[in-house]
Amino acid sequence: MNTGKPMAHTAKAQSPDEGDKQKSPKASRLDRNTRAKLGQQLRAVYDEVVSEGVPSRFTELLNGLNNEGKQNAH
Amino acid sequence: MRIDDSVRQEILGAVPGLRAFAISLCGNVDRADDLVQEALLRALANIHSFQPGTNMSAWLFTILRNHFRSEYRKRRREVEDADGHYAESLTSHPEQHGQLELTEFREALGKLPEEQREALILVGASGFSYEEAADICGCAIGTVKSRVNRARTRLAELMSIQGVDDFGPDHETRAVLIGSRRG
Repeated sequence: MNTGKPMAHTAKAQSPDEGDKQKSPKASRLDRNTRAKLGQQLRAVYDEVVSEGVPSRFTELLNGLNNEGKQNAH
Repeated sequence: MRIDDSVRQEILGAVPGLRAFAISLCGNVDRADDLVQEALLRALANIHSFQPGTNMSAWLFTILRNHFRSEYRKRRREVEDADGHYAESLTSHPEQHGQLELTEFREALGKLPEEQREALILVGASGFSYEEAADICGCAIGTVKSRVNRARTRLAELMSIQGVDDFGPDHETRAVLIGSRRG
C-alpha cells in the first residue's frame, strides 16, 4: 500500500491551510533534509509492523468465513 | 457469509497497514489487533456497501478509524490511569533490530496530539494522498495538511533536532533503515 510518495512532495503544498491560521513560522523552518529524515524514521517504525505480515488470526478469520459459506452452499 | 476471493485478497493485503495504523492509534499491539479484528468484522458485515473498483484500503482504514473513535478511545480512557501511559506502551512494542533511534522516535510520536499523529501516519507512512487522508479522517484537505505540518514541527522539537547533523542515526545505520523498509 505504501506507494513510496516522497515526503518532499509536500514541500510544494504552500496553499493556505485551514485550521492553521497562524501559519507556524517553525513549520517553514524545517528544512527539506529534516523532513526527509523524519519521514524515514516514520516509515521505519510503520514498516516494522507491516513487515510482520498478516497474523494467522486474520487469515483464519477471512478463510473461515469462506469455508463456512461453502459449507452452507453445499 | 461468503466473499469473493479477490475481495478477500484485497482485505488481507490491507491488514499489515491496518495493524500499523491501529498500533499508532491505540499504542498497544494486542489492543490494536483486537481493533483490527473488530474493524474487519464490521467491514465484512457491510461488504455490500463497498463499491468494487474503489480503494479497499482507504475504506478499511476509515472503518477502523471510526470504530476506534466511537469505541476504543472510550475504553482506553477507562484503562489509562496516568499521563504518559501511551508513550510507554508504544515503546513496549518488541524491538526487532535494537534500533534505539526508532524507540526515541516512537516516544516522540506517542506524544503528538492524536489528530496530528493519525494525519502524519496516513500521509507519511500509509501512502495515502491528502485527499484520501481527508476522507478517512472526515475533514478538509487543508486541515490534514496543517495537521501534518504541525506534527512534523512538533516531532522535530521533541527530538531536539537543531540541524541535520544532530539528527538520528549515522550513515551506516541510516542505510540499514532505508534498506529495511524496502524489504
